[in-house]
Amino acid sequence: MHSKPCQICGKALATIHLTEIENNTTNEIHVCEKCAEEKGFHGPGSKGKLSIVDQFLQLAAGAGGDEFQVQCRRCGLTFSEFRRVGRLGCSQCYASFQAQLRPILRKVHGSVVHVGKAPVRDESRLKRLREVERLQEDLERAIRREEYERAAEIRDRLRTVLESETSGGSS
Amino acid sequence: MRSLSALLSQERNWLDASGPDSDTVLSTRVRLARNLEAFPFTTRARDDELEAVMQRVAGAAQKVDLLHAAPFFRIPELSAMDRAFLVERHLASRDLVGDSRPRGIVVGPGEGLTMMINEEDHVRMQGILSGFQLEEAWHLVNRVDDDLDGLLEFAFSEDLGFLTSCPTNVGTGMRASVLVHLPSLVLTKKIRKVLSGATEVGLAVRGFYGEGTDVMGNFFQISNQVTLGEDEKKTLQSLERVARQILGYEEKARETLVSTARVQIEDKIYRALGAMQSARVISSQEVLGLISAVRFGISLGLPGMPGLTVLNRILVTSQPAHLQVLASRDMERAERNVYRAEYIRRLLAAESGAGGTDHA
Repeated sequence: MHSKPCQICGKALATIHLTEIENNTTNEIHVCEKCAEEKGFHGPGSKGKLSIVDQFLQLAAGAGGDEFQVQCRRCGLTFSEFRRVGRLGCSQCYASFQAQLRPILRKVHGSVVHVGKAPVRDESRLKRLREVERLQEDLERAIRREEYERAAEIRDRLRTVLESETSGGSS
Repeated sequence: MRSLSALLSQERNWLDASGPDSDTVLSTRVRLARNLEAFPFTTRARDDELEAVMQRVAGAAQKVDLLHAAPFFRIPELSAMDRAFLVERHLASRDLVGDSRPRGIVVGPGEGLTMMINEEDHVRMQGILSGFQLEEAWHLVNRVDDDLDGLLEFAFSEDLGFLTSCPTNVGTGMRASVLVHLPSLVLTKKIRKVLSGATEVGLAVRGFYGEGTDVMGNFFQISNQVTLGEDEKKTLQSLERVARQILGYEEKARETLVSTARVQIEDKIYRALGAMQSARVISSQEVLGLISAVRFGISLGLPGMPGLTVLNRILVTSQPAHLQVLASRDMERAERNVYRAEYIRRLLAAESGAGGTDHA
């Protein structure tokens, strides 16, 4: 069944095979890609709305005006180059093209403010982790030495550090 | 350099159909895009900069709990066959292996976790699981991301979140997707309506291999598009909700089909099974259609069907690069089609010999 000619043009090899079911009878249709597209029964879902990237580029094509010569101060990418390749040059581009990108981001994503996971910058996290380790050691030592008042103090401090970790933490 | 194909062909992976709803949901994927603050994005970086990115990321990956023993491969050192093999297996994208710039891939145990280096973004981590498991796939990549966070400085802004090469990914940098099999909606011609409903609420629908690929074998990939202004949990929840709804429509359409055209459907399914068991020449295009029909037979609970596991194995391993790796030689298309038919017959015979129509 896979070497039939297209049932519409009769020339090209049929590469799209559809089955219709109507009134208990099945009906197979074999068409080539070109005819399928023309007749509108190309693979479902493949047509219709633009993909988000295409949408974005279409909007970007309308953005900028006189300003499309604006250039990223870090990597040197111009906005018109971005419109051509669809990819930004570096993290700084977001700031450099802020005026052009913001309205597009708002249209495509419906927002210009990130909500969600944020990186825990390593210095603060590492500092906290080290402090937790140190306090835990102190606590064990205090208990070993039966210095219970001191142990209670350390436990309180440990609790404070751990709580600040979870409230400022990721995800 | 060790051979990638040899390594991977022994691995157990997400194809084992062990996940929930495996008859309609082939796999779930969640990927996170990240970039190193200190370097230009991939398209604008020089090769020596990409090399430095790769060394840092691959080095960091070794310190990640879930990836510490995972092999790392440099794409320029891989043969054309190994590259095709990675793409066929859904581990690498075509963009990653398309040229010989300094790019790489880390393949975690069981292939459930992979990390592409210097694709569109410096780091793309992917969790892929069998069946419908959005939450679990997210937990996997999130853990890797947490670990990497302490080791690498990712490009991030308080306003816009994680900064990505393409502004359509900025924010969470997350793309979650489910690969679903919807034969009844295709047969009853409701698919277009259902899928355009999904795009209406901000989801994307694509073919078997993601962006820019055709719909084949009634497999559709449904994924989120919005990455800004919505947190990961909420994005996953709405994808889950819509996907469940689509599976519900599929089930309704299946009931309609069974009540109006039972014999015709069963005939089509058993003919497809017959072709898989007996054909002498099968193209890779044709095999997708046959697998879709037989998979449908499993969803309908028809007797005499093979198990999902063997069907999934055929789906992936009967592709051109896999067959050539199996045969350990290059084969022309015509020779492949004969080899494929024989390979499929053998897999099905081995399975039924092992007594397995059991796919529960």
